[in-house]
Amino acid sequence: MNDMTPINPEVQASYNGKPFKVSRRGFLGASLGALVLGVTLPAARTRALAAAPASVSPGSRVAAFLEIRPDSTVLFRSAFIEGGQGIFTAMAQIVGEELDVDPANFVVEGAPPGPDYLLTGGGRFTGGSMSVRMSYDTMRKLGASARQMLLQAAATKLGVPASELSTEPGRVVHATSGRTVAYGEIADDAAKLPLPADVALRDRANFRWIGKPFARLDARDKSTGKAKYSIDQTIDGMLYAAVQHSPRLGGEPEALQNEADVQGMPGVHSIHRLPGAVAVVANSWWRARRAVEALQVNWTEAPSTASHPMPADFSSDAHMAKLKATSGDGVAFETEGDAAGTLAGAARVIEAVYDAPYLVHGQLEPPSALARWNEDGSLELWIPNQAPEMFQADAAKVAGIAPEKVIIHSPMLGGFFGRHFLYQTANPYPQAILLAKAVGRPIKLLWSREEEFLRDALRPMAAVRFRGGLDASGMPVALSAVAVGEGPTGRWFGRQPNKVDSSAVEGIAGKVYAIPNRRVGQIHVDDPAIIGFWRSVGHSMNDFFYETFFDEMADAGQQDPYELRLRLLAGSPRHKTLLEAVADLSGGWKRGPFAAEDGTRRARGVAMASPFGSEVATIAEVSLRDGEIAVHDVWVAIDPGSIVNPAIIEAQMNSAVALGLSSALLEEVVYVNGVPQARNYDGYQILTPDRMPRVHVRIVESGAPMGGIGEPGLPGVPPAVANALSVLAGERVRSLPMSKFDLKEVDG
Amino acid sequence: MELTINGTKHQVDIEPDTPLLWVLRDELAMTGTKYGCGLAQCGACTVLVDGQATRSCVTPVESVAGADIMTIEAVADDPVGQKVVEAWVANQVAQCGYCQSGQVMAATALLKQTPKPTDEDIAGAMVNLCRCGTYNAIAAAVRDAAQA
Repeated sequence: MNDMTPINPEVQASYNGKPFKVSRRGFLGASLGALVLGVTLPAARTRALAAAPASVSPGSRVAAFLEIRPDSTVLFRSAFIEGGQGIFTAMAQIVGEELDVDPANFVVEGAPPGPDYLLTGGGRFTGGSMSVRMSYDTMRKLGASARQMLLQAAATKLGVPASELSTEPGRVVHATSGRTVAYGEIADDAAKLPLPADVALRDRANFRWIGKPFARLDARDKSTGKAKYSIDQTIDGMLYAAVQHSPRLGGEPEALQNEADVQGMPGVHSIHRLPGAVAVVANSWWRARRAVEALQVNWTEAPSTASHPMPADFSSDAHMAKLKATSGDGVAFETEGDAAGTLAGAARVIEAVYDAPYLVHGQLEPPSALARWNEDGSLELWIPNQAPEMFQADAAKVAGIAPEKVIIHSPMLGGFFGRHFLYQTANPYPQAILLAKAVGRPIKLLWSREEEFLRDALRPMAAVRFRGGLDASGMPVALSAVAVGEGPTGRWFGRQPNKVDSSAVEGIAGKVYAIPNRRVGQIHVDDPAIIGFWRSVGHSMNDFFYETFFDEMADAGQQDPYELRLRLLAGSPRHKTLLEAVADLSGGWKRGPFAAEDGTRRARGVAMASPFGSEVATIAEVSLRDGEIAVHDVWVAIDPGSIVNPAIIEAQMNSAVALGLSSALLEEVVYVNGVPQARNYDGYQILTPDRMPRVHVRIVESGAPMGGIGEPGLPGVPPAVANALSVLAGERVRSLPMSKFDLKEVDG
Repeated sequence: MELTINGTKHQVDIEPDTPLLWVLRDELAMTGTKYGCGLAQCGACTVLVDGQATRSCVTPVESVAGADIMTIEAVADDPVGQKVVEAWVANQVAQCGYCQSGQVMAATALLKQTPKPTDEDIAGAMVNLCRCGTYNAIAAAVRDAAQA
């Protein structure tokens, strides 16, 4: 999800670090009779929540989130899904801080659909690096409200005024008498109390867990195979299913040439035709897969009515050529001063065209769906997803039932990076719903890695034309950029013909350098592929385009690229401080080339990015070895305003460096004749351990509004590496991935 | 056929060329071992067969009948595996965690054979893919486990 995604009308008013307004309506108790703080989780809770009044103020009702158990541990239902980014741990830290419960005593699970959890600007999704920054204040108030209710319940129990009571982690303390009451003993009573009208929040100076490198709650389960992902779910009576998709989207199965033979294969239960696919249901997934891959299917050409049919002659090379050949200035997105006029009169004008390819998400857990029709007509789904309510609504359409009859379970994600948004043709649950209906049994459907490579929603490809104008002293005075392609936000949430989709230009627009005359425009060209959100979305390539062209301008003006950035940030103390921080972290800026101790010839590149409400400065050190690019160190300084867990931030920066480097060096989806050439990791390389650089992180807390963490570390990596490589290679890198360049001649 | 998994004997009646991975996951309900690629590319399915790190997604089950198979479910019962797990927790290695069963098993196999590995040994043995990029934490954890 990009940083300006209009999921619904409320979002635009509330993204970018400003918490949306939370009113404090709603009371605990009568309206949520079954959902009290202290009782065991009722089986019907999902239905109870789905039936909650629409007027509920998200994040206000304690019982929707918290269950304090008799042993004073806390079951917490998170509005956000855990997929490696550490959000469950962050939620426990934030709520535990105010509730006064050690976060280690939290058990966190993904919440079901329901109005209480619409914390992302009135909607709900885990993406856009928004989870903590959008819910931080609300979750603190939630924890403080629950603590207040516990204090009140303890006051009644002990027969003393609440004002004489305080808390220690997990219990209420009456200092005067020395008596204590464990939270678990009074949770039931507390739950019957109304929500306090107003609560005081803990002073930041007294934080014990927020801001500390608290250990992840899931570390041990994930180190011992105990963590359960969607792919690991099992239920009684289920059968397994595997699918073979039409090689090109839009094709439908016609004749099955060997249906009888396949029906006779071991374990096969039944063979099914589905929209755009065939499926085999069997008593194990391996048998289902073997059988479905043995099916010889005649596929129709896509009918003209198909949504996004893949053209039979589509090739990614040809599409890129089309993007590059599309001329014009496009629709303006950002203008400042007079770029065209200044360029016309500039002492020097440089021009360049940049491009980047399609990418897959490549999360290691293949998509799956477990579907069960219940006797009461409801449908239960265990599915990897970043947006339970959206999946619930779509599943209801597929199933032909009301949304409240669809029960969504959202297990931990085995990586996501944007993979598990609602891209209908990229999700297996519609198939599982239909198959479960057809066979009258629960169905567990897995996509093989090969089917995943065929149907993933891709990071779109794009081309950008830059023109930069320098004055006589070599200073950039004008910049024009025209991005050509299609952004994922417009694809999935609607595009207005004369308005630029911000996900197509973010990272070219919104840059912080004081270049007085600027214009960023976009030309929309329909992308024939299914495109989606990929970690850092438009920034994943646009900051590469911009920050490498920036170095081209610096070189043309005979200026050091770091010093030029500093000069253009003179009026922006936050960014200047951050750039100096990353230089300091790296031992002082030096561009090179220079000789390292091991005798290799190395260079460094620098880049900045402003993604998802955070600011980031990145430096990479690069050498060449037998024509292969080696990245030795990456230094990342991030300013997210304020933080919750520095250890998780450092881990996320490592992760973002790995994915950013992987995309910069290696990754590219190639289509020929309408089909992707790679169907597994053997044909689509991702970063291997031997290519992982050391990663050094410095967190700068400027006190600015809280920004995101999961995505911001990524965009600076490709340009920092490209800028360093250009020093060594003596030529600019304007196209990704870098593995396609022959660098054997330039070894140092 | 008879399989010995984590010291327990299991009788399975299945096509002999079925990959060990799917026998573990679907027949024996041991889902700690993960499916990632099915092509021995990613290593999420790594188990130990007679102490050797083995990619179970391409290992026909008949080829390991009679062998001593160890999976992630039993790793904490193994003295070397226990050290690896503790190092994994101490280093906060996991992010999404999906590949980590295979990573932990690969590390356990390495340290069983080479209790004091060099950095080169670690690089040579720890080749499984991780899309979250936990590679530096993995290497640090293996070094710690070797010193524990």
